[in-house]
Amino acid sequence: MEVIREGIGGPQSFRERGLLARDLLRGDLEGLELERLVEQSILTTTLDRAVDWARSNSLFPATFGLACCAIEMMSIVAARVDVARFGFEAFRASPRQADLLILSGRVSIKMAPVVRRIYDQMLEPKWAIAMGACSSSMGVFNNYAIVPADKFMPVDVHVPGCPPRPEALMHGILKLRKMIQDDPDVSWRERYGAVGTEELLPEASPTAENAGA
Amino acid sequence: MDEVSARSEYRKLEESITLSPLEEQVASQRDFSGGTTEVLTLNIGPHHPATHGVLRLLVTLEGEVVRDLRPIIGYVHTGIEKTAEDKAYWKAIPVIERMDYLSYYFNALAFCGAVETLLECEVPKRAQYLRVIHLELNRIMSHLVWLGTSALDLGAMSMFWYCFREREMILDLFEQSSGQRMHTRYFQVGGVIEDIPLGFEAKLREFMAIMPGRVDQYNDLLKRNEILLQRLRGTCPLDEQSLLALGVTGPLLRASGNPWDLRKAAPYSSYEDFSFKIPVGTVGDNYDRYAVRVAEIYESVKIIEQALDGLPEGPFITEDRKIALPPRHELATSMEALIHHFKLVTEGFRVPPGEVYYPIESPRGELGCFVRSDGSAKPARVHMRDPSFVNLQATAAMTRGSYIADLIATLAMLDPILGGIDR
Amino acid sequence: MPDQVGLELIATALGEEIPGSVLETAFFRAQAGLLIAPETVRQVLAALRQSHGYRSLMSVHGVDYYPHEPRLGVHYELLDMERVDRLTVKLRVPLDQPNIESVTPDWPTANHQEREVFDMFGVHFDGHPDLRRILMPEDYEGHPQRRDFPLGGEPVLFTHNEVGSPGWTR
Repeated sequence: MEVIREGIGGPQSFRERGLLARDLLRGDLEGLELERLVEQSILTTTLDRAVDWARSNSLFPATFGLACCAIEMMSIVAARVDVARFGFEAFRASPRQADLLILSGRVSIKMAPVVRRIYDQMLEPKWAIAMGACSSSMGVFNNYAIVPADKFMPVDVHVPGCPPRPEALMHGILKLRKMIQDDPDVSWRERYGAVGTEELLPEASPTAENAGA
Repeated sequence: MDEVSARSEYRKLEESITLSPLEEQVASQRDFSGGTTEVLTLNIGPHHPATHGVLRLLVTLEGEVVRDLRPIIGYVHTGIEKTAEDKAYWKAIPVIERMDYLSYYFNALAFCGAVETLLECEVPKRAQYLRVIHLELNRIMSHLVWLGTSALDLGAMSMFWYCFREREMILDLFEQSSGQRMHTRYFQVGGVIEDIPLGFEAKLREFMAIMPGRVDQYNDLLKRNEILLQRLRGTCPLDEQSLLALGVTGPLLRASGNPWDLRKAAPYSSYEDFSFKIPVGTVGDNYDRYAVRVAEIYESVKIIEQALDGLPEGPFITEDRKIALPPRHELATSMEALIHHFKLVTEGFRVPPGEVYYPIESPRGELGCFVRSDGSAKPARVHMRDPSFVNLQATAAMTRGSYIADLIATLAMLDPILGGIDR
Repeated sequence: MPDQVGLELIATALGEEIPGSVLETAFFRAQAGLLIAPETVRQVLAALRQSHGYRSLMSVHGVDYYPHEPRLGVHYELLDMERVDRLTVKLRVPLDQPNIESVTPDWPTANHQEREVFDMFGVHFDGHPDLRRILMPEDYEGHPQRRDFPLGGEPVLFTHNEVGSPGWTR
């Protein structure tokens, strides 16, 4: 099979392209030739979209496994459904270095303040995936001990399943990636009018007001 | 202001652990340069890469030596036992399965066994053998996840990928027999929900042919690895008497030399038909705990082979239509089958009143299920005696006096599953 | 399991050693159970360990017998590893005076398990070294696994009740 490339009528050989590049660098290229070269070789975009593209392709998930869904989250790091092929294999232990919180498992009422605190410790921009039925809604256990994640923290993507297959979680992560690429401000930030969530430090911490006193 | 004071009250309650006797004792000692030492209380968890779930430890350290340890649990408490009281016996099985989330078949068997004892229901031989096959596959899978994550804790990262490669094969088998990878609700009261499909036996034989070779690969990587030996050999041993006093069972007890295994001592579900050995350690240190679990994988493969070779023909669930659903083709012809189906699906079967405790051997120790029934279609009390919950009490005794790095290794070798601890 | 006769022999021996301890024996589905008076629990377990060989305490768990009184029950599962024998020791305490002597000094395995029974049912173990809530948050009120404690949970949202629920943003 023969592959035919339709150029814009520009130079085909390596040597010619090299000469054009040299002229470009010297500033000798003008007019139509310059336009043609730019169209061919430079990708133009807005800064926002470039940044979004970079952010979405290098999410650092936080290692936050709570219960059974954590085992399936470990499976996506494993070789069969390999999350490294998308660039997300760098699971960070510290929330300050992570930007994606995958809430994998049931959030009990004792754990909810801890989850909130960890989410607050993450730096903007940050996203959260509620993995599994228990964290999205109450799941199998509709009782006194569990809290659905939407009640105390904003969640971007909910992945249903009990536990969701690794492929399903992958689909959820890729959906989040698409969301970030298209527009990171979509969904909860607009609805809740939220700017950011910072960590609430305990009352005894020094502030500018009481520092001098 | 109210909220703030309420928070600090809560903090006071949380910090209700007195360190003063320990502090005085340590402060009275002088270190080698003549100065005094202080104790530091470190909070490990609940979010920590090494706590194997959401376990919180309050560790009192003197330098790097652990002086005291308090585990604080409850961070994944799901109220499973109370939820099971609200559901019919059939519908409670998926809820109970999600307790110890790596050994779901064992949870289901403990509950189904207890209910079968109450009902005095006979489980057909084929169902028992199928149960044994799936239980041993689950045991292998649980040990593989333990091995992968423990090696990850100790720094041997590649073990994680190797173990999960085998785990995917086992999950493929589970998906073939029941449709789900985890929490398969394959075990039902009276037997199993469905017979194994065509092709399951071939795939299982294929898996068993390669599995011992894979475990040999793991041993090549780890067994005589200098770093692993330094970290595990001789660290945090605990003698058999203390373990027995603390109620510890399973590989931890077997590592210290006591060959207590319910599959041999009080066989259930046709385990007496199979010949297998119980790996037993000598010293009871971390290395023995590691070696016992790896050796158990070989024995499980042997059991599965024997079960598959000797798999008898017959029904896969009890024939008693008051307990098990009738096969679908009968619904078109038999009125009684239709009525039974209706009763079972809407209300569920009723269990005669009584209390029963049914213990089995899970990958972590003795898993017992206590069921109290009051004659209705819902259980009146379900309690799972989880082995990790009881084994966790041994952590303090094991790690007193050792370094904090040994604490991490011991936690890995303890194999705690927080879902079972917190239920 | 000791069989029916063995169970009766144990019950008689215990009754002689600790008068007033054994209230009832139950042999159900080949499992042996003894109902004892709550104040004698520590002595009964010690006697069972000493004279009858039940050296392992496998499980301590609570039961709520609502609406039968006395309402709260605690079960102790004993195991003899040498003869592979199990025995359940049961006791029942009323709600207004749910105090039992803790067996933790003799059986260290009961530590967390008694805390769980306290947390879930409200049975108070006197003499326990550290009786706090173990599974629920420290400041939680109520004992969840009692039969009259509500199950709780979120209401399931359907089309007829989803408008106006918190989180309804459309």
